[in-house]
Amino acid sequence: MSEALKDGPRMLPYVSAITEGVRQVLQEQDNAFVAGEDVGQAGSVFGYYQGLLDEFGDRRIVDTPISEKGIIGLGVGAAATGCRPIIDIMFMDFLGECMDEVANQMAKMRFMFGGGATLPVTVLTMAGAGMNLAAQHSQSWEAFLAHLPGVKVLMPSNAYDAKGMIIAASRDDNPVFVVMNKMSLAMQAEVPEEMYEVPIGKAAIVREGAAFSIFAMGRMVHEALAAAKTLEGLGVDCEVVDVRSIQPFDSETAVASIKKTHRALVVHEAVRFGGFGGEIVAQLQEEAFDYLDAPIARVGAPFSPVPYSPALEKLYIPNAERIVAEVKKVLGI
Amino acid sequence: MAKNITNKTLIDLHSCMVRIRRFEEEAGKLMEDGKIPGALHLYVGQEAVAAGVMAHLSNKDQITSTHRGHGHVIAKGGQFAPMFAELYGKSTGYCKGKGGSMHISNMALGILGANGIVGGGPPIAMGAAFSNKFRKTKQVAVTFFGDGASNEGSFHEAANMAALYQLPCVFVCENNGFGEYTRQTNHQAVTDVADRAAGYGMPGVVVDGMDVMAVYEAAEAAIKRARAGDGPTLLECKTYRYYDHVGVRGMGLTYRTDEEVDAWKQRDAIHSFEALLLKQGVLTAKKIENVYARANDEIKEGVAFAESSPFPTTEDLLEDVYFVGAAS
Repeated sequence: MSEALKDGPRMLPYVSAITEGVRQVLQEQDNAFVAGEDVGQAGSVFGYYQGLLDEFGDRRIVDTPISEKGIIGLGVGAAATGCRPIIDIMFMDFLGECMDEVANQMAKMRFMFGGGATLPVTVLTMAGAGMNLAAQHSQSWEAFLAHLPGVKVLMPSNAYDAKGMIIAASRDDNPVFVVMNKMSLAMQAEVPEEMYEVPIGKAAIVREGAAFSIFAMGRMVHEALAAAKTLEGLGVDCEVVDVRSIQPFDSETAVASIKKTHRALVVHEAVRFGGFGGEIVAQLQEEAFDYLDAPIARVGAPFSPVPYSPALEKLYIPNAERIVAEVKKVLGI
Repeated sequence: MAKNITNKTLIDLHSCMVRIRRFEEEAGKLMEDGKIPGALHLYVGQEAVAAGVMAHLSNKDQITSTHRGHGHVIAKGGQFAPMFAELYGKSTGYCKGKGGSMHISNMALGILGANGIVGGGPPIAMGAAFSNKFRKTKQVAVTFFGDGASNEGSFHEAANMAALYQLPCVFVCENNGFGEYTRQTNHQAVTDVADRAAGYGMPGVVVDGMDVMAVYEAAEAAIKRARAGDGPTLLECKTYRYYDHVGVRGMGLTYRTDEEVDAWKQRDAIHSFEALLLKQGVLTAKKIENVYARANDEIKEGVAFAESSPFPTTEDLLEDVYFVGAAS
């Protein structure tokens, strides 16, 4: 390796950033362990626990049966009694199997007990379409989770955030869901080797601009950046805000952006109707109505399950072209 | 009578059952009088199960309870004053009035909550048992659930995982013959829920849940086994709910006959145990009377405490949704 390369940025793919984050958490916290389907011998179906079983042993990398109620219950019971579990729900869609354990137990236990219980549990789960995995392995359910008082919800759009959010989540004394994206696993970003946290509740301005704000979540951040580039060619200077923290939501950054640009669009991969974008729009009109020069546009998936056929899936998932088209509509250009 | 059991243990078992019954009878009245809001699911009739199991647990051991949970809380060391305060929705309750009857809990006593969701407890207790094994403690987690909950997938998943990992967990099925208002024969094809234990690779034991000594002995074996690291047991206690699913009534209803209720009352756990203790000379009539008198005093004080306590305020509403502050 040349000196120049050695001194260059340390690039890691999203998948390896997850591994590194989890590994460092396990090194830092003796009472942390990973439990989930195929996390041990298989190293996860997405590969991000590869090597951890050898490194930490089966006491701390725990293969579970295919039993999501049991897996979340394990996380809740263990977190309430002195452990800091990292629970893996392979596909976010599988939360349907354990909605009671998430919504009625994990989210509410602290409140129901009058603050008596503390639940430092992290749930890692994989969302998103794009791999022709059809209707039950492709969804983005962050809005479901964000609607539950008692849990926090993070969506890392890149490798740096993936590692930093896993570390922040594991150090937080609340249930935190880190909703990752399966299409982003190979995407590289600069990832420092040391431990660092991406602060929970802070959005990131990933591109500064003066004329239009695009609020994007998860993988859609990259589509928003591509759209911003196209729009730049049309003379529209877009700001792109990576929402990152869904719950709690960083309305301060969002409001500051809209006060600067006066026009905005929200984009997420989830179905548009009832999606988290609606909440962002509502908060912006409550907090910054006088600064708005146009209705805030929304881009999301159409109101249908995720289709299987590559031809249909391509039509289904929001992309840069759709964002550009909506921005142009708002601007009347 | 079991060998090696001290008179003190016998007296404690009796006192525990009496305290539960008197608490529940009073709570039922207060609910009917409109003083306690919401819904109470009362434990009257099932006292032997909570008393017989909890006799083997310390505060460090964990339990998960059910919607019919007051008896478990009392047997695990719950005091009447903060319990009544919780039922009244007062800020001095065990959960600051935020949980109520269906979520009454106390972490210091090892109570991981009553639970409003049928089948909500077993996965959490399994998780606590996993934690006990992971942290290499000698704690045991016991989950109480009913025959109704034994049809929930959550019970199945928790039982399978507890057996797979050989966790210090005891599954106590309080088979009171009904899932809410549906008779057991109408909600499952098995007669003994304990038969299901074989399917998970753990022992299944059936005991007479109206006989506190039978529960005590079976629970002792199951809890010892769990504590020794030999894995979970499914202990089914056949019992009966004197009152209705919710509230008090219990008689004159169509889903069961009064004759059936009366037949179970003939085998009442407390009365039959009292007869035994009198016969053995462990207790006298006067001493038994004193147990009731003490429970009644505790009720009076507890209700007075609850009634004179303040309700939570606006400031309390959004507290405890999240842990706020530096992580532990």
